[in-house]
Amino acid sequence: MLARIIIAAVLLVALGFIPIAGWLRFGLYMAAYFIIGYDILIKAGKGIKNRQVFDESFLMAIATIGAIGLAIYEKSGDYTEAIAVMLFYQVGEWFQSYAVGKSRRNISELMDIRPDYANLYKDGVIERVDPDEVEIGSTIVVNPGEKVPIDGVIIEGNSSLNTSALTGESLPRDAKSGDEIISGCINMSGVLKIETTREFGESTVSKILDLVENASSRKSKSENFISKFARIYTPAVCTGAVLLAVAPPLVRLFAMDLPASWETWVYRALTFLVASCPCALVISIPLSFFAGIGGASKEGVLVKGSNYLETLSKTKIVVFDKTGTLTQGVFEVSGIHHSKMENEKLLEYAALAESASSHPISRSLQRAYGKELDQSRAENIQEISGNGVMATVDGLRIAVGNDKLMEHLGIEYIPCRSVGTIIHIAIDGKYAGHIVISDVVKPQSKGAIESLKSAGIQKTVMLTGDTASVAERVAGELGIDQVYSQLLPGDKVEKVEELIKSKPEKSKLAFVGDGINDAPVLSRADIGIAMGAMGSDAAIEAADVVLMDDNPMKISKAIKISKKCLGIVYQNIVFAIGIKLLCLLLVAMGLAGMWLAIFADVGVMIIAVLNAIRALFVRKI
Amino acid sequence: MKKTYKIDVDCANCANKMETAACKTPGVAAATVNFMTLKMNVEFEDGHDPKSVMEQVRKNCKRVEDDCEIYI
Repeated sequence: MLARIIIAAVLLVALGFIPIAGWLRFGLYMAAYFIIGYDILIKAGKGIKNRQVFDESFLMAIATIGAIGLAIYEKSGDYTEAIAVMLFYQVGEWFQSYAVGKSRRNISELMDIRPDYANLYKDGVIERVDPDEVEIGSTIVVNPGEKVPIDGVIIEGNSSLNTSALTGESLPRDAKSGDEIISGCINMSGVLKIETTREFGESTVSKILDLVENASSRKSKSENFISKFARIYTPAVCTGAVLLAVAPPLVRLFAMDLPASWETWVYRALTFLVASCPCALVISIPLSFFAGIGGASKEGVLVKGSNYLETLSKTKIVVFDKTGTLTQGVFEVSGIHHSKMENEKLLEYAALAESASSHPISRSLQRAYGKELDQSRAENIQEISGNGVMATVDGLRIAVGNDKLMEHLGIEYIPCRSVGTIIHIAIDGKYAGHIVISDVVKPQSKGAIESLKSAGIQKTVMLTGDTASVAERVAGELGIDQVYSQLLPGDKVEKVEELIKSKPEKSKLAFVGDGINDAPVLSRADIGIAMGAMGSDAAIEAADVVLMDDNPMKISKAIKISKKCLGIVYQNIVFAIGIKLLCLLLVAMGLAGMWLAIFADVGVMIIAVLNAIRALFVRKI
Repeated sequence: MKKTYKIDVDCANCANKMETAACKTPGVAAATVNFMTLKMNVEFEDGHDPKSVMEQVRKNCKRVEDDCEIYI
């Protein structure tokens, strides 16, 4: 292609300097014309045969043949224009396919997390195989620098993992024997032996790739608008061209008593057709979305479709689930009050009494104690469901539980003013103090709410099953506008429906949850955002947008990415349609020639493509 | 049943034309063409053999856009 372009260009320049005339001149120019344009002519011919007129090749063929015809008719011998137009068009096409190919490669490289092989370990021998062939329960070896190909559990080795391809998080994560490991991470330091727990097709990396690659199949309204537009546009432009060729000369001839000057108007109509190709629009809009989705996935934000990216950009209300989203969902001891002994000792008794339980609160007590617990010290453990635990520790009768347990045992207790879950402790029937346990707010949560406000979110709402006092405190601390507390899981759907009803139609509502037990709410909201989804299938299924790690800052990032992408989409729509209409107008008025028409065709497209690629760069927003 | 095919086509408008042509082919429930990944997702109606349907899809696509290719 490049060779043809160069030969034709050289020939054209050379012919300009050679003073020949007549048939030889015509022949030489035609030679140049065929060199540069033969494939277009063939395509146009085939198009006519298949009754697919009005495609680009057809327009180019008609326009250039028309120009040559006019040159012969007017005996001007000016064949340069037809050849130059064809040459220009081919340069444009060549550059366009280069730009599209380049951007396609850029985006695929960005999403290049697909592992090419797995090192299967069998009977002491390591064999390099296709990840597809590895069965569940096989052992694979991952060397430093390699990608983890399949989800599994580490059975041997320690290492740190680079999860940036999945989460956008650059801090490495430590992994040791016994830990679960997900595919797509890059092993950085040590050799790991992994027992696979999934097939390759079911592994995280395959799911992510599948999701991102299919995302652009769910088309957004803007894209649908463009395809509809293109469908009306092409016939409209063709009708316009015919009118331009026929109407003015007839008017001149019959109404104004002027010469018809057919050749001027036919020429203008042809130019008009060249300028009209809708390709810039048709390519740049999906490309912008594709780049936006690709860029977001690099930041650990997976968007399931262009339509969701579009809705996300219109989000005005963000509803949060509290536990696991804004808070860590891990309870911590935040205070010990009214203790009749050393705080440490009280904690020790409580932890021992609760040592057999795996309840999150028991676990937090054990963690707060921090030392190894000798379970044999606790005997006669008796769990009173919903109230607490009673046990004999070191011969002392310990009761650990809430207000109800104390009332049940007839022990007078001191109520606590602190917010959180209160655990009272009684030793041998006497009150010994209480421990306050509370869920810890994520360190980024406050910043996340602020940055949502700066991203144009008008209202933030928090839903929680917790008590009003806990909810109010967290909301106050984070600056959340509205709180609904003591909700059962079913109530959350109702609340979200209420909120959706009460908001204006155009502003969208997003719900952010951890995807564990809020799947119905995720699917009910305009946009469901699941966070902390690494390895959780349920969340990936239910949500429209998936945040790979549990950092709430990513919510505003996702919204900003969507806004940037949609901004580019609108720019391209306005720019492409605007320039095109302007060029068509100039051409129709005779103020612009074939050159501008070619620019309107390929030039606009190239600029639009380059603009679309900007959607890929979202690291810094 | 859903299947994905690799395609080759060099302009976005042509990809849209292919999509329309594929959708109109008997036996195809839905088809989407992704110009960026150069893939065609086809959902077949029950009781149709994907292979023979795809031959027809290719024929129809070639009619609207001579330059395209579908790798069946």
